[in-house]
Amino acid sequence: MMGRGLREPDHSKELRTRHTGPTSSQRDRGAALYLAISGAFPAAVARRGGARRHPFTSLAPPTGAPLTRLAIKKRASGSDAGHPRPSRTGRGAWRPRSKAAERGARAGASSAAMEKARPLWDNPLQFVFACISYAVGLGNVWRFPYLCQMYGGGSFLVPYLIMLIVEGMPLLYLELAVGQRMRQGSIGAWRTISPYLSGVGVASVVVSFFLSMYYNVINAWGFWYLFHSFQDPLPWSVCPLNGNRTGYDEECEAASSTQYFWYRKTLNISPSIQENGVVQWEPALCLILAWLLVYLCILRGTESTGKVVYFTASLPYCVLFIYLIRGLTLHGATNGLAYMFTPKMEQLANPKAWINAATQIFFSLGLGFGSLIAFASYNEPSNNCQKHAIIVSLINSSTSIFASIVTFSIYGFKATFNYETCLNKVILLLTNSFDLEDGFVTASNLEQVKGYLASAYPSKYSEVFLQMKNCSLESELSTAVQGTGLAFIVYSEAIKNMEVSQLWSVLYFFMLLMLGMGSMLGNTAAILTPLTDSKVISSRLPKEAISGLLCLVSCAIGMVFTMESGNYWFDIFNDYAATLSLLLIVLVETLAVCYLYGLRRFESDLKAMTGRTLNWYWKIMWAGVSPLLIISLFVFYLSDYILSEALQYQAWDASQGQLVTKNYPPHALAVIGLLVASSIMCIPLVALGMFIMRRLRRADTASVA
Amino acid sequence: MAKMFKGAENAFKVRLSIRTALGDKAYAWDTNEEYLFKAMVAFSMRKVANREKTEISHVLLCNVTQRVSFWFVVTDPSEKHTLPAVEVQEAIRMNRNRINNAFFLNDQTLEFLKIPSTLIPPTDPPVPIWIIIFGVIFCIVIVAIILLILSGIRQRRRKDKGPSEVDDTEDKCENTITIENGIPCDPLDTKGGHVNDAFMTEDERLTPL
Repeated sequence: MMGRGLREPDHSKELRTRHTGPTSSQRDRGAALYLAISGAFPAAVARRGGARRHPFTSLAPPTGAPLTRLAIKKRASGSDAGHPRPSRTGRGAWRPRSKAAERGARAGASSAAMEKARPLWDNPLQFVFACISYAVGLGNVWRFPYLCQMYGGGSFLVPYLIMLIVEGMPLLYLELAVGQRMRQGSIGAWRTISPYLSGVGVASVVVSFFLSMYYNVINAWGFWYLFHSFQDPLPWSVCPLNGNRTGYDEECEAASSTQYFWYRKTLNISPSIQENGVVQWEPALCLILAWLLVYLCILRGTESTGKVVYFTASLPYCVLFIYLIRGLTLHGATNGLAYMFTPKMEQLANPKAWINAATQIFFSLGLGFGSLIAFASYNEPSNNCQKHAIIVSLINSSTSIFASIVTFSIYGFKATFNYETCLNKVILLLTNSFDLEDGFVTASNLEQVKGYLASAYPSKYSEVFLQMKNCSLESELSTAVQGTGLAFIVYSEAIKNMEVSQLWSVLYFFMLLMLGMGSMLGNTAAILTPLTDSKVISSRLPKEAISGLLCLVSCAIGMVFTMESGNYWFDIFNDYAATLSLLLIVLVETLAVCYLYGLRRFESDLKAMTGRTLNWYWKIMWAGVSPLLIISLFVFYLSDYILSEALQYQAWDASQGQLVTKNYPPHALAVIGLLVASSIMCIPLVALGMFIMRRLRRADTASVA
Repeated sequence: MAKMFKGAENAFKVRLSIRTALGDKAYAWDTNEEYLFKAMVAFSMRKVANREKTEISHVLLCNVTQRVSFWFVVTDPSEKHTLPAVEVQEAIRMNRNRINNAFFLNDQTLEFLKIPSTLIPPTDPPVPIWIIIFGVIFCIVIVAIILLILSGIRQRRRKDKGPSEVDDTEDKCENTITIENGIPCDPLDTKGGHVNDAFMTEDERLTPL
C-alpha cells in the first residue's frame, strides 16, 4: 500500500500512522473490542502490530498502534505489577506476557512497557557464569584446604562428595527453580508462595546486607596488598629498622615480617576489642575504592553484571592454573602434597568431619542469601536450571579441590623453606658456640655432630641446647591456617621467597580480588533485586540511585572495620552473622516449598516452565533428606554455642608477637546476639505482622459490610 | 699479652664465615690475611682524630680458631695501654664497608661482636608507590561510573522523547492525505472499520511458543 510516505519500510512507523483519522471515541470502541478479542493473546497483537501487515489490522486501523500499545502496556504492567498467580497454569497465558512486554519494548512502542519488562540475561552462559562467580569465592581457597588438612586429608573428600550429592545439589536446584519460577527477588518470591513467609525473604536480605558490609573489607585488604606488590623488595619481606638503626623493629623481630606487615601496617591492630582506636585512612581509602568498583559493576543491573561476570568467573581459573604449574615446580611442594593427600581413614569415623563437610558445602554454595533466587529470576522461564544447578555445584567443588592442590604445594614449599632456615640457624649456633670450621656442619651430619659435641663438651652443650630450636618438617606442615591468616600471611610469606615475587604477588592478589568481587556481585544482587522489584521504591528512585545508596550506606558502616579494633569486629561478623540464620532460612525455604506450596504443585509448575519432569531423586531429597540434614546441623551448632562456656577470640599481642585468646566483653556479646536475632526474628515477626494486618482488614471489611 | 685479651673490655671478637659467603671461591685464612686485617684496623684508627700515628704493629691478634674467629686489640705503645673500646668501635663503624670489601664479605659474614652495624634503611620514595597506583585506579573507576550514569540518563531521555516524537508525527499525519493519480489513497475508509472475524485465523488465536 503506497501513499502514506511514512508507511514503509519501517513497519513500526506503519503501525503508528494507522491511527490517524478516526475520532477518539471510535478509537476507544475499537480499543475495547480489540482488547476483548485479543485478551489472552497479547503476543499475537504485538506481532501483528510490529512485525507485519495483517488484513485484520488493515480493516480496523484504529486498532493498530495505540491499541497495540495499550494492549501491550496493560499486559506488561500486569506481568510485573503483581505476582504471577500460582493458580494460573498452562503456558499460553503465563509465558508470553513477559515476551509481549519485551517485544513491545523492542518495537519502541511504549516507554512505559520498556521500563516494566524484567531484564534478562543475554544468554544462559551469563547466568551460569554469574552463579559460578558468586559460588566460587574466597571460601574455596582458604577454608576447604584447612578442612582437608584437619579432617584426614584425602579421606575428607569422601564426606565432602557425599554431602555435595545429598545436600548441595538438591538445595541449589531448589533455590534456582524457585527464583526462575517466581521471577522475583527473594521477598517477592516467598510472598508469592505464602504472604506469611515474606519474612524469609526479609531475613535473606538482612543476612545479605550484613555479609556485604564485612565482605568488601576483604576486597579492600586485597587492594592494599595489590598496590603494595609493585615495590622491590616486597614490603612484607623485610622488617623496618628500629629507632637508632642498629636493629630491626621489636615487634617484627618477635613475630615475622609478614605477620608484622599484616597486623601492624595493614590493620594497625589494637591489643583488644575494647580499644577501638581511630579509623585508619589507608584501609578506609581502599574500602571506598572497593565499593566504587562494586557500584560500577552493579550500576546497570543485569546488563552490566552480566558482562562483568565473564571476567570474575574465568580469570581466577587462569591464575589458579598458572599457580598450579608454579606451585608444583617449587622446591618442597611434594612434601605438602603428600602430607595433605595421604588419607587418614580413621577421621571418617569422626562426626566432626561429616558436620564440617556438610557445613562447607552449604556455605560454599551461598544458599539462603537470596542471591541465587535473584540471579535465577532474570532467567528465561524455559531455562534448564536442573542442568545448571548440577554444573555449578560440580564446578564449585572441583574448584575447591583444585585450589587446595595449589594451596598445599605452596604450604609444602613454605614449610620446607622454614624447616631449612631453622636447620641453618641451629647449624650457625653450633658453629659459633664451639668455633667449629665454617661449613663443617651440614644438614646431613647435624645429628652426628650433635652427638659428638654432647659427649665431648657436655656442660657447654647443655647450655647451648636450651637455645636450640627443635626443627621438624611435620610441625611446620601441621600448622593449619584458615581465613584471612592463610590468604594474607601464609601465602604472602611463601610468595616473598619465590623468584620474581612481585609478579606472583600481583597475580595472587588480583585473583583474590576477582573471587571477592564475584561474590560481592551476588550479595548486592540479593539486596537490590527485592528493592527494585518493589514498586514503592523503584517508582521513586532510578536503579542507579538505589544501588548508589546501598553502596554508600554499606561503605559508611564498613568504616567500623577499618578502625584499629576492626579486625576483631570482622571476626565477629564472619563467625556469627550468617551461620545459624542461614541454616534456619534454608530449612524454612525447603519446608515451605515442599509442604506449604506443595511439592506436586511445584513439580507441575516446573514441568510447565521447562518441559521436563522432576526426577524422583530431587523429590526425595527436597521432601526428606535435606531438611533432616539441615535440622541436625542446626541442632549441632546451637548446642555447640550453648555448651561453650564463654565465647573467645584471638587478640594480637604486640610485645610477644603472637595471638592470645581473650574473652569477649559484654557489649561484643550483645552485638553477636543482635546479629543472629535480627535475621532470625524476621521470619516470625513478619508472619505475625501479616496475620495481624489480615485480621484488621477482615475486621474492616466485616464492619463495612 | 694474654692478659690483655679475653675479658679485656677493649678487646673485640671477630668471626668470619668465608665458606658461607664465597662457597667454592673461598680462600684459606692464613697469616697474610691476618696481616691485611691488621692493616685495615690500623687504617680505620688513623682516620680518627689524635690517632693518625697508629701502626700495623699496634694491632694485636690472638686466639685464632678454625671457625675462623679471633680476638684483636689496638695498643698505644707510647702509653702502654690498649685503646678504649669506644674509639675502636667508632672507627670500625665508620669504615665497615671498606673492611668488608677488602675480604669480599658483608656485615653478616664478617662479624664484629659487640660492634653493631649500621643497617641500611629501606629507601622510601617521596610519594609511596601504592598511592600512585591507587590514584590511577581510583580515577579510572570514577570516570567509568560517571560515563555509565550519563549514558543511562541519556538513554532514559531518549526513551521519554521517543513516544512524544511519535505523537508529534502522528498529529502531523492526521492532516495529510496523500493523493495518487487523483484518488485519495487509503480507499479503505478507516472511519467505519470494525473487526472482521473471518480474517482471524485459527492459528493466530493461539500464542506463539
